[in-house]
Amino acid sequence: MFAIVIGGGKVGANVTRSLAERDQEVVLVESKASRADTLESEFGHRVIHGDGTELYVLEQAGVTRPPDIVVAVTGDDEDNLVIAQLCRERYGVEKVIARVNDPRNQAHFDLLGVTPTVCPTQRIMALIEHEVPQHALVHLLELRKENLEIIEVEIDPKCPCVGKPVNELGLPTGAKLISVLRGGVAEIAMSSTVLEVGDQVLAILEPEREGEVRKVLLGS
Amino acid sequence: MGMKVVIIGCGRVGAALAHSLADDGWNVVVVEMKEENLSRLGPDWRHPLVLGHGMDEKVLEKAGVATADALIAATDGDNTNLVVAQVAVQRYKVPHVAARIQDPARADAYAGRGFEVVSPVKMAIDGLADFARRAKGDGG
Repeated sequence: MFAIVIGGGKVGANVTRSLAERDQEVVLVESKASRADTLESEFGHRVIHGDGTELYVLEQAGVTRPPDIVVAVTGDDEDNLVIAQLCRERYGVEKVIARVNDPRNQAHFDLLGVTPTVCPTQRIMALIEHEVPQHALVHLLELRKENLEIIEVEIDPKCPCVGKPVNELGLPTGAKLISVLRGGVAEIAMSSTVLEVGDQVLAILEPEREGEVRKVLLGS
Repeated sequence: MGMKVVIIGCGRVGAALAHSLADDGWNVVVVEMKEENLSRLGPDWRHPLVLGHGMDEKVLEKAGVATADALIAATDGDNTNLVVAQVAVQRYKVPHVAARIQDPARADAYAGRGFEVVSPVKMAIDGLADFARRAKGDGG
């Protein structure tokens, strides 16, 4: 595998090290001279000093071969976006991973078709929500490309779905229950499964259906 | 009702552009991240200003991008301008969008995407090359 990593901060340096340790061919691009020097002492000829959003720098890094994957992990979202677009659209790189630093910029990555993205803040928030739920509905996983999400809901006594079988819940199309965790045992949700207080229910749905699903399961 | 233009970035280019378009009768809205840069517009500037980053959708919406006739991304960051211009075209359907792109290579790479790419560096290169050609013509 040949990978180009752009951005030599903590993430980029560690990704480069991990790939190098697995004997993969990797080139790391860093724009700051002082940081590039430091990285060069560890990674040697694998480091290229330059602005990874400049075409000639990308070409120096070997983007025209093209690489199997480009990892855009600079600290600037606009740079990661442009790197991803250039690599994919101009150089035909098939796989590009981009880092989203500010979760508010996720919408731009989605709009411009840059996927997959990794947003550490969003991941941490999802874990916080999962570990210490503040809401009855927890987002477990977002499948952006597929326009689906997986959510978890805990059924409490006030929920309108208590005592009803799945096929009588009136779930909208575009939403399906996956499983019910009851007393520590998880079971696939069948149309005949009757929901009870304390159940932890997993559902897969189109994000735009979330309001309806919330209403069906939680009542609000 | 006059035409409305949103200018992103109030550096040397953005500020001068804002004045120039205001003189032409545009309703100008300037978006700038750094408050101190707004002073470039001078004490008599009467058009609306929005403080914030051009990639922030809330800021764009506050500037009224959804109802703008034109948007010009003129910050000193090529990549910021490229992203803002694409968001303006694709999300907000702004009819006329232009981006200032210093790097001629990136300017070429982003040509033909529904917004005008203006590269000051390319203009300088073309202008200076033109000068040299004329000088050569005079001499020969």
